[in-house]
Amino acid sequence: MKIVVAIKHVPSLADEVELNDEGTNLDFDAIDFALSEWDEQAIEQAVLVKEASGGSVTVVGVDIIEELEKVLHTALAKGADEVAKIVGDFEPPIESRTQAKMLAEAIGAMSPDLVLTGVQAVDDLDGQMGPMLAAMLDMPYVGVVVNVKAAGGTATITKEYPGGVTADFEVQLPLVVGVQAASQPPRYAPVSKIRQMAKTAVIAEIETDDDGAGGPTIRKMAQPVAAGHAEMIDGDSGEVAEKILAILRDKGLV
Amino acid sequence: MPRPLAEQKVIQEEVKELESFVVEGMDLSGHWNRMFGQRVIWDYSHDNMEKVTDLPGGESLGWCYGCAKCTAVCPIDIVGDYSPRKIHRKTQLGIDLFKSDDLWLCTTCMNCLRVCPKEVNMIKIMPAVREQAVLEGDVPAELQKAFEDTAKNGNPLGQPQRKRAAWVSQSDVPVPIMRQHKQPVDVLWYVGSYPSYHPRGIDAALAAARIFHALGIDFGILGPEEKDDGDSFRLAGETGLFEMLAEDNIKALEKYEWNRLVVTGPHEYNAFKNEYPKFGFDRPVQHYTQFLVEHLDQLKPLLKHEVNRTVTFHDPCYLGRHNGEYDAPRELLRAIPGVKLVEMGRCKENGYCCGGGGGGMWLDSFTQNHTRMRLSERRVREAVEYNAEVLAVACPFEVSRFEDGAKSTGNDHLQVLDILEMLDQSMRG
Ligand SMILES: Cc1cc2nc3c(=O)[nH]c(=O)nc-3n(C[C@H](O)[C@H](O)[C@H](O)COP(=O)(O)OP(=O)(O)OC[C@H]3O[C@@H](n4cnc5c(N)ncnc54)[C@H](O)[C@@H]3O)c2cc1C
Ligand code: SF4
Ligand code: SF4
Repeated sequence: MKIVVAIKHVPSLADEVELNDEGTNLDFDAIDFALSEWDEQAIEQAVLVKEASGGSVTVVGVDIIEELEKVLHTALAKGADEVAKIVGDFEPPIESRTQAKMLAEAIGAMSPDLVLTGVQAVDDLDGQMGPMLAAMLDMPYVGVVVNVKAAGGTATITKEYPGGVTADFEVQLPLVVGVQAASQPPRYAPVSKIRQMAKTAVIAEIETDDDGAGGPTIRKMAQPVAAGHAEMIDGDSGEVAEKILAILRDKGLV
Repeated sequence: MPRPLAEQKVIQEEVKELESFVVEGMDLSGHWNRMFGQRVIWDYSHDNMEKVTDLPGGESLGWCYGCAKCTAVCPIDIVGDYSPRKIHRKTQLGIDLFKSDDLWLCTTCMNCLRVCPKEVNMIKIMPAVREQAVLEGDVPAELQKAFEDTAKNGNPLGQPQRKRAAWVSQSDVPVPIMRQHKQPVDVLWYVGSYPSYHPRGIDAALAAARIFHALGIDFGILGPEEKDDGDSFRLAGETGLFEMLAEDNIKALEKYEWNRLVVTGPHEYNAFKNEYPKFGFDRPVQHYTQFLVEHLDQLKPLLKHEVNRTVTFHDPCYLGRHNGEYDAPRELLRAIPGVKLVEMGRCKENGYCCGGGGGGMWLDSFTQNHTRMRLSERRVREAVEYNAEVLAVACPFEVSRFEDGAKSTGNDHLQVLDILEMLDQSMRG
């Protein structure tokens, strides 16, 4: 079984995100990038499917800021067999639709049985990457998935609904899955192993002529303004209790 | 996950148990491990011993001749059942150290190496075997969490890297951060993870800042550019993580001009002194006790207030045994007016281990399943046996370990203070 994981390099939220001077987008020179956390789940699920049913896992992503290597080395350390980056003459941001087009072209050429991707990513929270990939590859799509099992020509997919309800689907392969969570927490890749990979691994390069431009224009991007602050009440516990009671009375709640 | 010890006493797969066993009309049925004759050492396979001794660093496990000097001093054996001799013997009998819980108990305190006539070196054996276990994914969950947090955030407390200098806002004296300071300093103070993030560690950092300031030291810190020194992760087998952190720290240190490096913690001291030079970093480094002792003449007049307490000092393994510094901390304590310094039985070269070294800091629950009490609890009891009112420490791992130990053993009256805090107390009253 040929399993492909489509991943996205997104702005890291470990640091404060900074906006550009025009206030129309992030300041991409001032922020770090990280693998989308849902893609981390997708990689784990792909390796679990491989371990259960055999086959191979290929991880592929668009190398937006020319720093995708570490992510790909980590994927290899976690059990991926091959990795590839899509390279071209572009710079961030590249919106999801354009990335989906680039990825679909690359993945189509790999003739996959199963394509996994994160159900959404923090860059736009649209959750459109998976459905667009499926449409472009002409494959069915199931999203918000928490388990994937595949054998023969079909996959059993567990999808999560609100309220803790889950449903199992049987779907013909090939298919695209949007992973919400892998059936097991993502494994730790020892840095020792990642560094071994960095020395030995080969990253395939897939070139594209697409300049990555286009998509909707953002008119304004701003940091959220704090609406109100919590009021901290000082004093010993008796005083605090009295003040709280006064506030509740004042608001007509007691 | 390694298998629990209880399951590892024999090589179960190699034993066939028959329902009943009759030889020449005599019923010899019994439990499979009933012994009918002596087994000699060559009845056991050498494979698991060779797996260890073939590793670079693992060779010396094979040199053990069973004299048991190590068992008498191993801090784990004092609260449990452990020592190089025991590990050697178990491995000889076929137990796989790579999969054994024993692999994670050693704190690399080095007391065994100090007494071993054969130089069986756990400080090399443990990291070598652990590295292979880490690559195989056989790591206790608690420790793995610390690896993950440090790989992601540069510190094992799981706090954001960008907040590494957040403690500075609590300081009532200026603490220059090199990135903003933009001028050379005499002393580059490497603060360390626990003094940067842990509330009790921050207390020591604030005290250090006040002392440096009072002495008129021209100092600066790396702040958000500083990462954990990584030495304990090296000893816990995550060699790659250590190398990555070492490279990042060296890069940050080389960006700025400074004359000497002063560190808060003994593990950091060991890293910069003995390990970072292997990565091309060769600059003078001092533990803060060594640095302050050099300034004792200026420091003494500042220590105006008496601290009338009976104090005992816990030698950190990585300051004492590993790096031979026993005097500087004691000189500082003696310089504080009012302090009555008493020594515990296990002190200096034979100092007891707090349990935090070699990854032990992040294996508390794991180790607890194999010991009668925590090492920190044993140490706290010893301090109390010597009527100490204050257990003075000089390692950022120890304050929280011993404070927890004091509470859990019902010895709340024992105060645990970093020497920095005691100096600061005497300075400010
Ligand atoms: C930990 C341990 C536990 C043991 N427990 C038991 C047990 O319970 N029961 C049992 O039956 N056996 C036990 N043995 C084995 C037993 O101790 C030895 O088989 C026995 O001591 C061998 O005696 P030996 O006189 O041949 O050699 P050794 O006792 O080894 O004496 C050799 C002596 O010769 C000296 N020597 C060596 N080379 C030279 C040289 N070139 N010039 C001058 N002197 C030299 C050495 O220093 C040493 O003093 C144990 C062994 C060990 C290591
Ligand atoms: S290094 Fe310390 S903890 Fe480890 S075996 Fe030796 S004495 Fe015991
Ligand atoms: S002190 Fe050295 S030779 Fe003696 S039992 Fe311990 S490890 Fe073996």
